[in-house]
Amino acid sequence: MNFTINGQSVEVEADIRSSLLDLLRNTLGFTGTKKGCDQGACGACTVLVDGERINSCLALAVQYQGRSITTVEGLGADGSLHPLQQAFVEHDGFQCGYCTPGQLCSAIGMAREIERNVPSVVTPDLSSASIAVDETELRERMSGNICRCGAYNGIIEAISEALVKTPASRAPATQATPSAQQGARA
Amino acid sequence: MSAHSDPASARPGRWQPAVTQDPILRKHGAQGNGPLGQPVSRIEGPLKVQGKARFAAEFPYEGLCYAALAFSTIARGRITTLDTAAAEAAPGVVLVMTHRNAPRMKAPSLMMSSPTAAGASELPVMQDDQIHWNGQPIAVVLAETQEQADHAASLVRAEYAALPAVTSFDDAKKTPRQLDNILGQPPVVEIGDAEAALKAAEVRVDQIYRTPRHNHNAIELHAATVAWTGDELRVHDASQLLDLTAGQLADIFGLEADKVRVSSPYVGGGFGGKCLWDHQILACAAARLAGRPVRIMLSREGVFRIVGGRTLTEQRVALGASADGRLDALIHTGIVAMTTHNSCPEQFTFPTRHLYAAKTVRLAQAVADMDMVANTFMRAPGESVGTFALECAIDELAEKLGLDPIELRRRIEPDKDPTSGKPFSSRHLIEAYEKGAARFGWDRRSPTPRQRRDGEWLIGMGCATATYPYHRFPGGAARIRLTAGGHVTVSTAVHDMGMGTATVQIQHVAARLGVPLGRVTFEYGDTTLPRGVIAGGSTQTASVGGAVIAATEVFVEELLKLAGNDSPLAGLSLADVETRDGGIGHRDDPARFESYESILRRSGRDELSCEADAPPPAEMEAFSMHSYGAQFCEVRVSEITGETRVSRFLGSFDAGRILNAKTATSQFKGGIIMGLGLALTEETNFDPRTGRIVNASLAEYHVPVQMDVPSIDILYTDIPDPQAPMGARGIGEIGITGVGAAVANAVYNATGKRIRDLPITLDKLM
Repeated sequence: MNFTINGQSVEVEADIRSSLLDLLRNTLGFTGTKKGCDQGACGACTVLVDGERINSCLALAVQYQGRSITTVEGLGADGSLHPLQQAFVEHDGFQCGYCTPGQLCSAIGMAREIERNVPSVVTPDLSSASIAVDETELRERMSGNICRCGAYNGIIEAISEALVKTPASRAPATQATPSAQQGARA
Repeated sequence: MSAHSDPASARPGRWQPAVTQDPILRKHGAQGNGPLGQPVSRIEGPLKVQGKARFAAEFPYEGLCYAALAFSTIARGRITTLDTAAAEAAPGVVLVMTHRNAPRMKAPSLMMSSPTAAGASELPVMQDDQIHWNGQPIAVVLAETQEQADHAASLVRAEYAALPAVTSFDDAKKTPRQLDNILGQPPVVEIGDAEAALKAAEVRVDQIYRTPRHNHNAIELHAATVAWTGDELRVHDASQLLDLTAGQLADIFGLEADKVRVSSPYVGGGFGGKCLWDHQILACAAARLAGRPVRIMLSREGVFRIVGGRTLTEQRVALGASADGRLDALIHTGIVAMTTHNSCPEQFTFPTRHLYAAKTVRLAQAVADMDMVANTFMRAPGESVGTFALECAIDELAEKLGLDPIELRRRIEPDKDPTSGKPFSSRHLIEAYEKGAARFGWDRRSPTPRQRRDGEWLIGMGCATATYPYHRFPGGAARIRLTAGGHVTVSTAVHDMGMGTATVQIQHVAARLGVPLGRVTFEYGDTTLPRGVIAGGSTQTASVGGAVIAATEVFVEELLKLAGNDSPLAGLSLADVETRDGGIGHRDDPARFESYESILRRSGRDELSCEADAPPPAEMEAFSMHSYGAQFCEVRVSEITGETRVSRFLGSFDAGRILNAKTATSQFKGGIIMGLGLALTEETNFDPRTGRIVNASLAEYHVPVQMDVPSIDILYTDIPDPQAPMGARGIGEIGITGVGAAVANAVYNATGKRIRDLPITLDKLM
């Protein structure tokens, strides 16, 4: 089978039953992509295929031949962190770090969906020419990625800062934002 | 050179738990306690966001084969036919292991039964034809690929001779069993005649509360990569009890303890679930039989089948009060499901032992034996579900008394531990309530239910107390190594499952020794390091603290010896000095100081290495030590669908000194979010007819997702506990406590409906 993975052409022999996830992790050693349920319920295995986010555990590898696949290992350029990766570190958008590669890929795929004006179930006006993205939109669109450690607030803060501006993240500094309230001493 | 502590000597200047304070609480120096408390980002963050942190199933080995399990489909009985021929003939299969060909192995010993015991159950693992629970592994298949192993495992055919099984809690609880002790504490506590006092009380609440089974559901599936070299066993595990796992595996396989090395630098979430279960033992056995390294990663269903979770509870809380809001009677009793082959009684009466003043008390808990996978510890075992019952009952009593629930708690605030009589080391619960209430806008809550509405949505507020004990586990050690270049490495075999262990300990060591953060390395996650404590019971940080204090004392004494008579420190002893600004100085004389590097250089040393054991936790004997918190919740409940949405949440904690504002805030929030799951969505459904868990997936077991979680506000008192290392009490578990009750009390305030049976699903509010 032939794939382009993180910009590199890859040719590999694989079991025709292999999911894209198992091919990445077990056959090709891209262990940054994680397995959390193997049934599309947790989002830990999210990768980008031609820029669109998919659950790689639900994808048969054989169906994705010739496609361009981006995993967490391919997000940063030249060994430096992607701005979203940096924001995840700064906003503590993870604890154990196991769901993190899926969260990152999912967020980047989500940003492209918003750019394309794809509505979500909470989008109030489906006919609007441009979706007004707020935290509720981000939360809804990121709900396919479970974080059992509960870093959800930090994930949204990181995405709002680095990827998709929301009214809260665009607000002047004088206005209290969730991140400014965090950890304040009583 | 290296030095070891002499635990028998009580040297002046040494930390004596319960007698003296950790010297870091009175530190001088330009840096003082500078790095402690700062919101330092996780040290391993860049690795995790790049996918470079290697988890247990990600270690490559030459000749590695993949494991898959087949599970029993009955709860009790024996296997009569086990047909593995088709599996053995399937492509790529290396080995099929069953009880017939598994190596002979000793059974695990129950955790806490000995210093090396790590067993979640004491059943032998795949040694006979007996079935003890529905989902027990009956065969292990090894194959060249995971697909081949999974397919072959599906071809294993078993037939059984079933025995009568206890799979109904309603049946099991008819014959309750009283344990000798509940985690070392008495199973029954009685002060006065509480039942008589209840009958005589002016105001009474007497209710039954129920909480269901839960599963940890860490997103990383349980996994291990194992390899034998002769009689040496190497295990890459996902573990929160490294040393116990190594000791227990050595015992099971009849090996010398030093022949087993277990490492686990990254763990994809634990919450009590990443301990020693059958899969690691089976992987080691199969690897030995096949003569090849093995990787086992359980399926999500496999995790539900063979890794236990939190058990269900049925609790009675009865409160008798005088009209002015004093407790005449405090009764908390009940029963939980357990098995005859484990010991994990979900200590739900524990919070009630320490929280409130009452004239009479009766606390008692028993177990109901069932045929099921061994239940186990899950985030705040006991306190998470015990506070649901107790704190709902307190809310019910406040309403009957016509008192604000915070005011009621003010009136029953004890001045010493209500059951042990010990003094509190540090308790600021009411302060946490006051700060939380002011920030949350508690004064906007109507004491009468159903007063706020936004269209179809009824809005209500609730609060509840959070509490979790302080523990410091004995048996941990730490090593401090200083190089001539001034770099400090502290080592101990502890764990970082996302709690921030490494980051916080780097801050701690930097503050304690007075060196910059960048000159400190923290080594952990490997049994080749000095013995560590388990990551459980919110104990790790304080336990490491105790060991580092002891190692620092040896370190200072060795440096004073090396400094000799040509140093400004000449003639000084441990009691006279403190570590500050990259060296040792006289406590009261800023001029008498010499840097670590200078001492090493003058003595011609390349490095100094000192190791010491933590002193026994005498502070736990002398004081009642607990963390506290006040949880505030606002919900919106749809009058049409019964759906509950948590619109605001605030946790105000009193957990001693906070060591890292960023990671601590995350840990509090994480606990609260797991508590929202406990309150609203989480339940492991156990079929009482078959004893099988029927929702063994993340699609049908509902953990909170992004959309379920509002922006959570966290406050903390940051008041150091004078009895604890660094002044810090554990924070890993307290976040989940009280959340179930805060949500239930808010739902009552919104709707006027008291839900005493978790989770609060839509049907219960229709």
